[in-house]
Amino acid sequence: MKILVGIKRVVDYAVKVRVSKGTVDLANVKQSMNPFCEIAVEEAVRLKESKNASEVVALSIGPKQCTETIRTALAMGCDRGIHIQTDLRTDYMDLQPFAIAQLFQKIVEKEKSDLVLLGKQGIDSDCGQTGPMLAGMMGWPQVTFAAKVEVKDGGLLVERETDSGTETIQVKSLPAVVTCDLRLNEPRYATLPNIMKAKKKPVETLKAEEMGVDLVPHNQVLEILEPPPRKEGIMVENVDSLIDKLRNEAQVI
Amino acid sequence: MTFQSVVLKAARARCFSSHLQLARATSSCRCSLSTSASDDLATRHAVAPLHAPVTALTEDESMIRDVARQWANDGLRPVVRKMDREGSLDPDILSSLFAQGFMGMEIPPEHGGSGLSFTSACLVVEEISRVDPSVAILVDIHNTLTNNAIRFWGSESLRNTWLPRLATDTVSSFCLSEAESGSDAFALKTTAIPTSSSEYVLNGTKLWISNAAQAGVFLVFANANPAAGYKGITAFMVDAKTEGISVGPPESKLGLRASSTCPITFDDVKVTTDDILGQVGMGYKYCINILNEGRIGIACQQIGIAKGCLDIVMPYLKERQQFGRAIADFQGVQFQVAMAATELHAAEVMTYNACRLKEANLPFVKEASMAKLYSSKVSEKVASLTIELLGGIGFTQDLLAEKFYRDCKVGSIYEGTSNMQLQTIAKLLFADFK
Repeated sequence: MKILVGIKRVVDYAVKVRVSKGTVDLANVKQSMNPFCEIAVEEAVRLKESKNASEVVALSIGPKQCTETIRTALAMGCDRGIHIQTDLRTDYMDLQPFAIAQLFQKIVEKEKSDLVLLGKQGIDSDCGQTGPMLAGMMGWPQVTFAAKVEVKDGGLLVERETDSGTETIQVKSLPAVVTCDLRLNEPRYATLPNIMKAKKKPVETLKAEEMGVDLVPHNQVLEILEPPPRKEGIMVENVDSLIDKLRNEAQVI
Repeated sequence: MTFQSVVLKAARARCFSSHLQLARATSSCRCSLSTSASDDLATRHAVAPLHAPVTALTEDESMIRDVARQWANDGLRPVVRKMDREGSLDPDILSSLFAQGFMGMEIPPEHGGSGLSFTSACLVVEEISRVDPSVAILVDIHNTLTNNAIRFWGSESLRNTWLPRLATDTVSSFCLSEAESGSDAFALKTTAIPTSSSEYVLNGTKLWISNAAQAGVFLVFANANPAAGYKGITAFMVDAKTEGISVGPPESKLGLRASSTCPITFDDVKVTTDDILGQVGMGYKYCINILNEGRIGIACQQIGIAKGCLDIVMPYLKERQQFGRAIADFQGVQFQVAMAATELHAAEVMTYNACRLKEANLPFVKEASMAKLYSSKVSEKVASLTIELLGGIGFTQDLLAEKFYRDCKVGSIYEGTSNMQLQTIAKLLFADFK
């Protein structure tokens, strides 16, 4: 089984984002691998370690600095990397999921991937659309928000956590697209020797503009605003007045 | 030619050459500016200096620092207080240090190590120290002293025997100090008397030996020819399981309580010529050399402590309200932390520069001594200020500030006291003016 895993470079989850000139300010902001993509990498590497996968290829789309994100994935255990380079922003401002999914499609067709593992969403734009769109374009089965992935009878058994309980979905045969949820696994740290070894793993660089995909966004972002500052809370005298306020003022119970 | 046109020409030439430099720099260095930099950023670029700033990290260095930071925060932080209270190292932390590759940082991959640069190794020490200096000292001594001594001067057989173990499962101790020989290191009394053409017998007692409780191997400095004075000092790699070695109980210390510091007695311990590091009688030279660069690691530990203190106090200043506003709003407080940050920056620049000098094979001994001397003063000052600004809570064990305050003190003592650093600096300073 050949696995293609998508890794997105996003503003680090620990960074408090700043809005400037109608967009999220990316200058001198720490960026790192999207946490859900880390989970996808970890799952792919585990499938390789359990001999279910023969090769794991990491694909990242974005600026030059994506090579660092790819190196992290290689240090975690991916075999090689593909970097589709572009200076267009990937946080929905320029490149949007429809174009990203088409770029993925090109690579999937070229690589003849059997399984595409993606994060369930990027923490920058929170779209969660690339996986489903890619599956649609390829005409492949898909499972989103995977919380457990098991290889079974040439297909997959995937669990997803829903509001009403755990749903188990059988993917009868590959190829397929799976997007990964938070509790699928706990990603490993890249060890120091592996970070150094990752430098020697091959990374292919392509140009987004030369992939034969229309990169023009279909949706226009009208405005990006900081969340409104939180109003100061109030102290209540006792439990009764708390319940009274929740019931009558906030009307939440 | 008018003065003005000369200036203009020079300015143009400088812009051109720095553009060239930039083109090269961006291909090899991590560029933290976004590619869609605005015009003012581009202008800043054009007058960028010819050399990279000492505090600018390469891609390798920044990736390694980030991994160490993540490990220290997620893996180490939860057990720091427990280890300090119990005065012992959590065995899971030790195995994690090996698993992450922190114990064989500069050991080449063919010997099971990570193959990092000296600077990268120092950055790891700093990041671990930022969370727990007592774990940082274990990593620092193991990597910068023993591992490197074996890499530099060990025979092929010593390297093949010990480097893979040091990188994967065996802690080492550097055994130099004795009751009568601290700063006067080469007055050591431990002897290594030859009993045959291939065997020596070690006798003596070492004191204040870091990592001794966990160590599987000791790098022991002993005199093989006391009549020759310091020129008899010889270094031996001694397996901790060798008969005649007894490790005493750990000292109860002011700080670095999770790191073991024990006496070790060698009672007729048999070693062979194969266990000798390098040449007989050269131990003092190896010792001087390895401590010269080792103290850069200590400087990094001290910087880590100061940064760890700021990590605690800075958010607190903005949260803590007194007299109706955050205490960060008081100029008195602002100036105090501004001064602390300035001194920390000076220490950081000195230390990173010492790393870079060493890596560039340039003279670094004076700068390393200065970095260690100054960083240990700064860490103490920043830790003390941190507690004062935190007020009552800073004095309690609820926060790690009081631990940093205790942990930093040894920075002006070990791997050469502050007075010994001053002596080295003065000696080299006068040599410059000869």
